[in-house]
Amino acid sequence: MTALPRVTTADQARADAGFHRALVELLYQAADDDLILAQRGAEWLGLVPHIEEDVAFSSITQDMTGHALALYQLLEELGEGQADHLAYFREPSAYRCAVLAERPNGEGTYLDSPRFDWAYTVVRQYVYQRIKRLRLEAMVKSRYQPLADLAEKMLREQFYHLYHWEVWMKQLTGRTEEAQRRMTEAWTRVLADAPSLSSLGPGEQEILSSGVLPWSLEKPFRQALEESARSYGLPAPNAWALPEVNGRDGRHSPALPPMLEHMAEVYRIAPAGAW
Amino acid sequence: MSEADLQSRVMAALDEVMDPEIRGLSLVDLGMVERVEVDGGQVRVQLIPTYVGCPALGLMKADVERRLAAVPGVESVTVEFLRKPLWTTDRITPRGRERLKAVGIAPPAGSGPTEHWTPECPYCGSTQVHRENVFGPTSCRSIFYCDACRNPFEAIKPV
Repeated sequence: MTALPRVTTADQARADAGFHRALVELLYQAADDDLILAQRGAEWLGLVPHIEEDVAFSSITQDMTGHALALYQLLEELGEGQADHLAYFREPSAYRCAVLAERPNGEGTYLDSPRFDWAYTVVRQYVYQRIKRLRLEAMVKSRYQPLADLAEKMLREQFYHLYHWEVWMKQLTGRTEEAQRRMTEAWTRVLADAPSLSSLGPGEQEILSSGVLPWSLEKPFRQALEESARSYGLPAPNAWALPEVNGRDGRHSPALPPMLEHMAEVYRIAPAGAW
Repeated sequence: MSEADLQSRVMAALDEVMDPEIRGLSLVDLGMVERVEVDGGQVRVQLIPTYVGCPALGLMKADVERRLAAVPGVESVTVEFLRKPLWTTDRITPRGRERLKAVGIAPPAGSGPTEHWTPECPYCGSTQVHRENVFGPTSCRSIFYCDACRNPFEAIKPV
């Protein structure tokens, strides 16, 4: 296969319809994953097990929101509209986040009787950071130079995010019986949604053939999860089936619309407001 | 005034623009100023963001614009953030490292992310320290405790 030339500017990307379509699709997936999962993280503020965790988790969610913003800015350069608008003003069906990112933290809401599940949160954030590492490593080899540059920078920051959740995984597995039981339950629930994370949606072939991403994420992700299962004494992932409702094609679980409405409440009152 | 004169006045002014989150440390100390171009009275400043999502970037841009607008000879100011080169912790200048210590923040031991690193306590210089939290009050800082002088302190996280 001959190497396709690098695309160095937004104008060049817009001149090639197929490449542009594939690039926009991937950017929405990555930005929406970060934004929506960061919002789920932010709902834990003040509710996590200890104060140092509050500092760490909120710092990570701030970084993730910043990563989402940088990706929305790439979309803005590509003619998709203003970054804030992309984050807060789209219909739920325009979001491309994986269904795993939007799942509630547990019962209740942070405003009313939160009965959140810390084991599920640890496993979900950990598994997300695993795929995010793989996705960023692939993005560094993207034909779209602005994305490759951004991904290289993000990787240095994301190192600490993955490391943080690895520490929790180590601490909560292989200890007490109750912890192992709860972590195994959480792991099983997260694994059922995991294929949504490595899926590149209905446009996957175009994303790969146009060189927006150089390789598929599914195989390395499955390998990473198998290694995790071995390290933490958790069940190996066996069946690998993309959930019917997975988010990548714009079809979402019932949890997403009310979440977006709440997130965007203030922005929608005064879109021109400065923060 | 020649362009070279204006260039040096602009550089001196940039050295007075402080990090909004670490007072006492300028954008020059942080190694954020990549390029300054002077064309007549038009000044173009290219900055490298420390963190992708650093919430202080907007403030920094506004502070640079305000400070440079007050430099005699400057007619317009454009501030841009670059994606390349990457900001890494070894861009902090020697003076920046001293200034960090002066406000109780340990300068980075090197660059590139790592699970374990040992900063020197900014108060007593000891390396008998332990980490309380990889994360701290801002994206770029961690929290440590000095077992020698028994002071908590912050440290710049290596990236």
